[in-house]
Amino acid sequence: MPPGSFVLARSAFPASGSRRRSTHLAESSPAPESPSPPSTLLTIRNVEKGFGARKVLRGISLDIASGEFITILGESGSGKTTLLRIIAGFERADRGEIWMEGKRLDVTPPYRRPVNTVFQSYAIFPHLSVFNNVAYGLRAAGAPKHEIPERVIRALEMVKMYEFAQAAPSRLSGGQQQRVALARALVNRPRLLLLDEPLSALDANLRRQMQVELKSLQREVGITFIFVTHDQEEAMALSDRIALLRAGHLEQVATPRDIYYRPETAYAAQFIGQTNLLRAEMRDGIATSGAVSWHTFGPPGKVVFSLRPDHIRLVVPARVPSQADVSLARFKGRVANQSFGGSSDLVEIDLGNSQILRARLANPGVLSGDREFEFSSADAVRVREGGDD
Amino acid sequence: MTQPFRESRPRILLVYTALVFAFLYLPILTLVVYSFSGSGSGGFPPSTWTLSWYAQLFGDSDLWNSVLNSFLVAIAAVLIAITLGLPAALALDRAEFPGKALFRRLVLLPLILPGIITGLSLLMFFVSAGMHTSLLTVTLGHGTALISVATTEIFAGLQKFDRRQEEASLDLGANHWMTFWRITLPNLRVSLIAAALLIFTLSFDEIAVSFFLIGSDNTLPIEIWSRLRRGITPEINAISTLILVFSFILIFVWYRLRTRAESPEEPSASMLQSTLEGAS
Amino acid sequence: MYSRAYKSGVTIPPLLWVVVFLLVPYSILFCYSFWSVNSFQVIVHSWSFANYVELLHQPMYFDTFLRSVRIAASVTLFSLLLGYPVAYYLSFHSAKRRELLYQLVIIPLWASYLVRGYAWKTILGTDGVLNGILGFLHITSGLTSLQNTLNNFFAVHPAMHSWHASFVPLSFLLYSPFAVILMLTHIYTPFTFLPIYASLEHIPRDLLEASHDLGASPWLTFRRVILPLSLPGVVAGATFAFVLTLGDFLAPLLVGGPSGIMISNIVASEFGAAYNWPLGAAISLCMLLVIVALLFFTEKLERRLAAS
Repeated sequence: MPPGSFVLARSAFPASGSRRRSTHLAESSPAPESPSPPSTLLTIRNVEKGFGARKVLRGISLDIASGEFITILGESGSGKTTLLRIIAGFERADRGEIWMEGKRLDVTPPYRRPVNTVFQSYAIFPHLSVFNNVAYGLRAAGAPKHEIPERVIRALEMVKMYEFAQAAPSRLSGGQQQRVALARALVNRPRLLLLDEPLSALDANLRRQMQVELKSLQREVGITFIFVTHDQEEAMALSDRIALLRAGHLEQVATPRDIYYRPETAYAAQFIGQTNLLRAEMRDGIATSGAVSWHTFGPPGKVVFSLRPDHIRLVVPARVPSQADVSLARFKGRVANQSFGGSSDLVEIDLGNSQILRARLANPGVLSGDREFEFSSADAVRVREGGDD
Repeated sequence: MTQPFRESRPRILLVYTALVFAFLYLPILTLVVYSFSGSGSGGFPPSTWTLSWYAQLFGDSDLWNSVLNSFLVAIAAVLIAITLGLPAALALDRAEFPGKALFRRLVLLPLILPGIITGLSLLMFFVSAGMHTSLLTVTLGHGTALISVATTEIFAGLQKFDRRQEEASLDLGANHWMTFWRITLPNLRVSLIAAALLIFTLSFDEIAVSFFLIGSDNTLPIEIWSRLRRGITPEINAISTLILVFSFILIFVWYRLRTRAESPEEPSASMLQSTLEGAS
Repeated sequence: MYSRAYKSGVTIPPLLWVVVFLLVPYSILFCYSFWSVNSFQVIVHSWSFANYVELLHQPMYFDTFLRSVRIAASVTLFSLLLGYPVAYYLSFHSAKRRELLYQLVIIPLWASYLVRGYAWKTILGTDGVLNGILGFLHITSGLTSLQNTLNNFFAVHPAMHSWHASFVPLSFLLYSPFAVILMLTHIYTPFTFLPIYASLEHIPRDLLEASHDLGASPWLTFRRVILPLSLPGVVAGATFAFVLTLGDFLAPLLVGGPSGIMISNIVASEFGAAYNWPLGAAISLCMLLVIVALLFFTEKLERRLAAS
């Protein structure tokens, strides 16, 4: 085996930033190992929850750092909303604990937790004006009366709803109500803000706009956000870290880049972005999956690889192939389908024997017939397959 | 509003419906007409017209005493029914406990049970407890019978209420008591007023239960009843017309409140409808 | 989310009231039915089945009960026959005027019972509205045989029949089971209308369009789609009308006359002039059991209809 392959076996992409997070945490202490450790705000330990016979959360453990924007991502039924409600205090976990800065959180009632929630349906109080909605938490906490108007106005300015201070909520659009809900939560300066799919009811354009605003808002106030969504694009756009939840288990917890380029499981690879799953046979440093084979490092046996469509390129016929470049893998296939996607096309390649790969090519022009494609071996990432269910 | 479904022969149906409406309104119109009739209830059509019955009404102190009694009993009944119907509705909406189905049936039972049974069983109860029949016993009877109305009406209001608002309130730092006063109750305002109006009207007109629990002070329906037994007095037509107008106004207000609170897509549901749906 | 304190707080007060003012009275009713009255008009707490034996042996009680059932069944039938078409019309044919018509059906509901009963007295009396109209139109002889049929159906004593050839104001209109049925039908038609209208409104209109699309005539659509889906409402309304008519004692007193006596009148008189509370309690208990059994049965029926 050429010595170079050892080097190339490692990822071609550097670890993103300096913040490598630990993933599944067992019994070890909450502090992550990193050059400048941000403090941990919330520790979730072995939380389990079931409704009747149905188990929704099966032993969730997660550390959330202060000031981070973390998204809990999952399909419907994965348990993400339940987890959020447990943190907020509307449900009690069957087992497990939640700690915030050295104190047990899950035994305190919701109105005593330094946690605020933005609900999916906004839950604005219809019988109170916008101002009184936002002031509600301050009044409940007994904030000094002279402070309240100032804080409310500042919160409304932050979400750009200042002119609507005296309005009745019924006159507001969905997006406007959502901003009010945000202001209402943030004005209390909680340690933690929970957002339960807050953008799901908005149309696509408004959604994108709100995503940008939310992100900059979070940076501005520095409050830890726990964001729940089923939309993986949204999760990738907004988060510092993503916690992928699947059927009550944490599948992977990593930064968006890490989770995209180095998914740990087949599910993670498929849920986030698109991918080609190559079920390969490893032998003598070569992995073979159907008509495709490439050089890689690892013990022999059956392995599953994930290859992102954007890593597949068209081979330019004019280029003279130098020696067999071990870092590249080439294959031929028939262009079965091509869908235009603006900046890139999604091309379906039929390799025969019902093996189909998808490639994302930038401006390929109209393709047809048999063409040759290539990808870097390092881009085929090894993944685990099969969950616990 | 559902789209009307066109069929080929609505005309017969239309005529039939008109006849049914005529049937429903015949007695009411008769009453009103005869309250102005010179000869009282005799002769059709009335030969003379007069306002004397109404005039006679105003000098009738016994009658007005009974109106006052009815009024007091009705107010008290509203208070009892709502004070107990509100927690009952909350319990049915939120709490899970063994025997909940039985609890629900028991609370709603007086709604469908003939008044005589409620009245008699309470009479025997009061007698066993050594109490004499009086306006108090009537009030307790009305209150008991009408809790079911309050529960049904408030329960319907709770179903429409977004519980997330309570969660939001707790989330923002208000405890359960504060949440109840500042969020739950204001949102139930329409249901509570509607229930109060309804219970007031039902208590004011109530006769079956009152029949057995009445003491020496009469409520209005009982007073009218005892006069009817003695013979037809045309005054009755006049007071009945007045009661009619009064009830209409109250129910009209109730209906307006109900429909304003509802979304336009839903068919307007009345208390009974939701009861009969909910009782199953 | 709701603490135990909250849950107890909302459950206990109404539960307590209901126990004290419903369950305890029913229990006392139960006890009374086994007691008796001595010759001094004092209630004696001696336990026996004597009252129930009396009920079984004296045919009057069962006959009256049967008559009450017949009257209740008639009222239920007629109010359904009146209420259903109106509900149907409102649900399927009236678009613009629906709200108004709906309110018009509801309004009589809230006019006082007594008031309406008295009005019927006025209308049906020998000197009343109906006779006035009929006399004006000279149509009574054919109705006399109808009167006889009704008398027979309700087991009215022959001495009550009236035999007249020439025009006499119809006396059977008032003070008869017919009058009771008429009055109570008037009272309960809006009550049957409400749940039927609700269930008709719940029928998704595209089911009907599908039925038509598949070739079914309006009548077939009604029979196969609309009617079955509206049955829960029909059952609910019918139950209400039946149970409340069965226990009614005011209508017979107002317009029923001696031939229109119903079972509740017997009970009422036991608590009034006849002064035999234990016997009245026994009859009431039987009524209560019959009604509860009926409610239980119809609840199951409604559930099964709603599920299918």
